[in-house]
Amino acid sequence: MPMTMSEKILARAAGRPAVKPGEFVWARVDQTNAGAGELRVLDELGVKRLAAPNTVWATSDHYAPATDEHYANQDNVLRKYVRQYEIANFFEYGRHGIAHQLYGEHGAMLPGMLSAMSDSHSTSGGVFNCFATPIGSETVFVLATGLLWLQVPETIRIELIGTLPPLCYGKDVVLSILKQIGSEVGIYRAFEFGGLGLHSLTIASRWTLSNMGIELGAKAAICEYDEALGAYLAQRAKRSYEPVSPDPGCHYVRRHTLDLDRLEPMVACPHDPTNVRTAAEVEGLNIKVSQVFLGSCTNGRLEDLEIAAQILSGRQVHPDVRMIVSPASQAVWREAGSKGLLQTLAEAGALVSHSTCGPCFGGHLGVLGAGDVCMSSSNRNFRGRMGSAEATVYLGSAATVAATALAGRIIDPRSVIQEG
Amino acid sequence: MAESIRGRVWKFGDNISTDLLLPGRITYPVMAGQMSPKEAATHCMSANRPGWHDLVTPGDLIIGGTNFGAGSGRPAHLPLQALGVQAVLAESVARLFYRNCINGGFLVIACPGIGELAAEGETLEVVLDAGVVRHRESGRELAFPVLPADSPPMEILRAGGLIPYLKTYLRPS
Repeated sequence: MPMTMSEKILARAAGRPAVKPGEFVWARVDQTNAGAGELRVLDELGVKRLAAPNTVWATSDHYAPATDEHYANQDNVLRKYVRQYEIANFFEYGRHGIAHQLYGEHGAMLPGMLSAMSDSHSTSGGVFNCFATPIGSETVFVLATGLLWLQVPETIRIELIGTLPPLCYGKDVVLSILKQIGSEVGIYRAFEFGGLGLHSLTIASRWTLSNMGIELGAKAAICEYDEALGAYLAQRAKRSYEPVSPDPGCHYVRRHTLDLDRLEPMVACPHDPTNVRTAAEVEGLNIKVSQVFLGSCTNGRLEDLEIAAQILSGRQVHPDVRMIVSPASQAVWREAGSKGLLQTLAEAGALVSHSTCGPCFGGHLGVLGAGDVCMSSSNRNFRGRMGSAEATVYLGSAATVAATALAGRIIDPRSVIQEG
Repeated sequence: MAESIRGRVWKFGDNISTDLLLPGRITYPVMAGQMSPKEAATHCMSANRPGWHDLVTPGDLIIGGTNFGAGSGRPAHLPLQALGVQAVLAESVARLFYRNCINGGFLVIACPGIGELAAEGETLEVVLDAGVVRHRESGRELAFPVLPADSPPMEILRAGGLIPYLKTYLRPS
């Protein structure tokens, strides 16, 4: 029976010739992560060794580096267990990053693999033609046994055609999909992104698609393989891999086609990522902002910093706005530094910081207060997400964030270029 | 796992996020055992329905709209469990929240049409293995799909959650 990419990966991981949607399977996980909490549970249960320590990745990203004594102690617990359990891939502060970005840079998630990590944005690994699914603290089970139960999901095919117009990016693509289909039809299902339009996107833009797959409700959000992905992985993959492609005639529960040529910059309005309007419409509402945030596993990549630096170069962030920049990884930070992007952003008046999840989830480094209005390149704008329940958050691309930083109000990035 | 449960209903809308159930700033203290779920419960729904945590009593039920538990992988069922909420019944349930609930031994049921069955303050009875919810005031019933008894999530629920299940798994046979 012809299978989708997700079905093929799950069949292989479950050791079966084929699987079909609705079936329960036990699958062997190729890549996972470990946190201090999960490892402590295993230690308390008397587990002496992990099922497959070389498949385990660890870092500390949410409060990087430790923001108080408590997190410092947590980090030390993690370091202790990394040694005790001989975890192969651990990244110390300075060499760290947000897990989804960091592990991708190091070739952790590869085509054809089954990845299962704790954080919800673990759908990000789908960019690598990998079935990457978030499982919360269930990693404790995977760490101990190497196994994960899954109900084989139905697949939704998103066919991308055309090419992106100027100042539109992966973020605008995924916000546009969220606008069209909402967050409910994707629940329990796998998304499959493909078509010539996908292959015309940069890896960074595709990464944003898979990353926000979770906002579509997805169990996984897998992209087709192509030569560009092969080239990205060439220096990173430490093992051979086998890309998967959908079998001709495989079954999709739904199909959507998105014409990139007709895309416009998009903005998700409070308080849900599905509450999407065009940036032009939102510009008409004259929404003044107090903070903008450029960063996160969604849009903190080199491409995003380049776009923002290009818009902000030789200009100044609006006097009423504070701009926080946090690259998705320290590798991005270093590369952006060597290209002069961090300098450009700092000269424009932005606060350029290190890599951390902090601002995105209201943890630290620019938590919002009551009445704050933030334009963010991150992934969620639920009430209270970035701090106060009295704050409002809008989501958009790095270009929309940078343009908004200049104007002091949410604008379509194409407006800046026209004025400039 | 009880065969049937009964409780008073609280109603919430669509897209109740994990940020509303367990705000980000207290998530990690809770996960690290630094803040008790009971204390965390005083923040539960405080952004969308301040004071609700004082009104809810053990045994109550929640009816949610679509995509209940949207968002993060955090254990957002913990504050509900700490408040004594017996179960969440929602039009649809976000997958990761659903999985976390099973792992935490907390009952969550995707039950399309549930929003029409009862008003807030009314009573529902849920017969778990039959997959039926009954509106006590009118006797009206609604069926929901039940997972196969031998499926991994049902085995985990029967064991009382993931950690008890893992213990049986690790025990040499």
